[in-house]
Amino acid sequence: MPQKSIRQALNEALRQEMRRDPRIIVIGEDVAGGAASEGQRDAYGGVLGVTKGLFGEFGEARVIDTPITESAIMGAAAGAAVTGLRPVAELMFSDFFGVCFDQIYNQAAKFRYMFGGKATTPLVIRTMIGAGRSAAAQHSQSPYGIFTAVPGLKVVVPSNAYDAKGLLIQAIRDDDPVIFCEHKLMYDLRAEVPDEPYTIPFGEANIVRDGDDVTIVALARMVHYAGEAAEALEKEGIEVELIDPRTTSPLDEDTILESVERTGRLVIVDEATPRCSIATDIAALVADRAFGALKAPIRRVTAPHTPVPFTPSLEKLYIPSPEKIAAAVREVHGYAR
Amino acid sequence: MQLSREELVRAYRSMVTIRRFEERVQEEFSKGVIPGFVHLYAGEEASAVGMCMHLGPEDYIASTHRGHGHSIAKGCDVVGMMQELFGKAGGLCGGKGGSMHIADLNAGMLGANGIVGGGPPLVVGAALTAKTLGTGTVAVCFSGDGASNQGTTFEALNMAVVLKVPAVFVFENNQYGEGTGVGYAVGSHDIAGRARGFGMPAARVNGDDFFAVHEAAWEAVERARAGGGPSAIEVDTCRFYGHHSGDAQLYRGKDEVKHLRDERDCLKHFRARVTEAALLESAALDAVDNEVAALIDRAVATAQAAPLPPESALLTDVYVSY
Repeated sequence: MPQKSIRQALNEALRQEMRRDPRIIVIGEDVAGGAASEGQRDAYGGVLGVTKGLFGEFGEARVIDTPITESAIMGAAAGAAVTGLRPVAELMFSDFFGVCFDQIYNQAAKFRYMFGGKATTPLVIRTMIGAGRSAAAQHSQSPYGIFTAVPGLKVVVPSNAYDAKGLLIQAIRDDDPVIFCEHKLMYDLRAEVPDEPYTIPFGEANIVRDGDDVTIVALARMVHYAGEAAEALEKEGIEVELIDPRTTSPLDEDTILESVERTGRLVIVDEATPRCSIATDIAALVADRAFGALKAPIRRVTAPHTPVPFTPSLEKLYIPSPEKIAAAVREVHGYAR
Repeated sequence: MQLSREELVRAYRSMVTIRRFEERVQEEFSKGVIPGFVHLYAGEEASAVGMCMHLGPEDYIASTHRGHGHSIAKGCDVVGMMQELFGKAGGLCGGKGGSMHIADLNAGMLGANGIVGGGPPLVVGAALTAKTLGTGTVAVCFSGDGASNQGTTFEALNMAVVLKVPAVFVFENNQYGEGTGVGYAVGSHDIAGRARGFGMPAARVNGDDFFAVHEAAWEAVERARAGGGPSAIEVDTCRFYGHHSGDAQLYRGKDEVKHLRDERDCLKHFRARVTEAALLESAALDAVDNEVAALIDRAVATAQAAPLPPESALLTDVYVSY
């Protein structure tokens, strides 16, 4: 099977779906780039090149550059979705949701419910998350927990190229608004990705690694850090079961609960800030539904309750590390009442 | 309006400082010693300096992601700025903000901004403070052509008129929002006209000409100080570098940047104008060049040698009190 990067996998998913359904459009800032300039059109293809080449195949009617106006992009995409198109809108950095959240939070997410089930809003919002590039406080956040808290939104947080393609195709075919979070440091990460289109259902976690001692739940880049920690721990005789939920809404609660029932120990790794988060949500789920199985306190390894610092030395401390993850696993593994 | 010799030297020093700062940042960034992203202001110096010449430390400005020039023109410490870009403890923000969030409230600099259109509403607030407290100060918002399309900007322009606050909105039209031409993204092709539509006087000036910017800025600032309410200025300008350092700039024409540097360099224009009119001699300008070169060298040397923030800095400054 061919090896492809996450960037290639996403591009392929978009291309194949756009070929299948003419109602699918891509809309956002510099999704092609180079409009009204003397140089090349499709100069950017998205700020990190994910949509590169789509303009050449599908043209400006379906690959739509916009002004830097997030509210209008998200609102137009929501309005188009509820009236017959299937937009894939790009919110360049997820941090920019602050500019346009009304159109997502009060409009797109709520149409179906508040209109008594009569509206369908097949909208995908692709957006970049993640720290690690010294992009500082307004370009480094991971707000998927905030999106997950909104009834009516589905939230996808892929960790590898195979999942990225299957989940993006699923998102495009899904009839609800989906926030699709791409980690900015992972676009070049490669995996085996089939050439043909395929889907991965939402709400089905991936068990990345089997183990009976401690369960780790991690998302996006943290899946890889948790994997590194698990490798190290294996040498110490601690077997980690690593679960990647892949979607936070819907959340595959059963897979997490079944694992904790078996291991009795849970570490949750989350690059986002620690309050009212995916980590607290999963901790609450397990405390609520698997309390009897727990042999140790649930440990959360997260970013601190601070904005993302600029300077690399502090940013490195901000992001959960394989070492911190391993330490948390050792702690719950060695815990005795 | 006539500038004194001292004012002309000050204007030139400020513009040259910006230019050399940006050129050096580009150089250091290319070596990989400056982390993150930098958006360079070279080419647009006349805008920041033409405006900030009329402002004192008590007046406020808000800036953009392309904020180094505004910071220097407003009087931020260049050595502290360079340290911030290097992520050092002695930086203006202790290394926690970086290029995109460089700020110095003591110098009346409300921050570069990572959000396009983030600044205009904040400037309405700063101007409201001035009006409410009767300080006689003004607040100036630097935005790009990109931000001129943002809803936050429209709301701020309207509210500034409604509240009749002492604000000036400077739209630096450098012809591109990231990699998209202004002819595409600004539907009316007329940012000043838009501001006028909200009910404020607005001028369009040539950003290659420091004196044109300086004059228009004076009118707007004086109007604001005199209680005449907000104004807008669209500055027709250009950037010599990409959207960010490292931008391949495929959207540019073949010799576009060369042409801009040859024809639209506000520093060259300034130098020619003041020497031809015998307002300043080349030797005086050269002396400024040398001073500035030494300052930038010192800034980089200081930044290279400076310590990183302590690990404890990660958890401080989220709140005033815990």
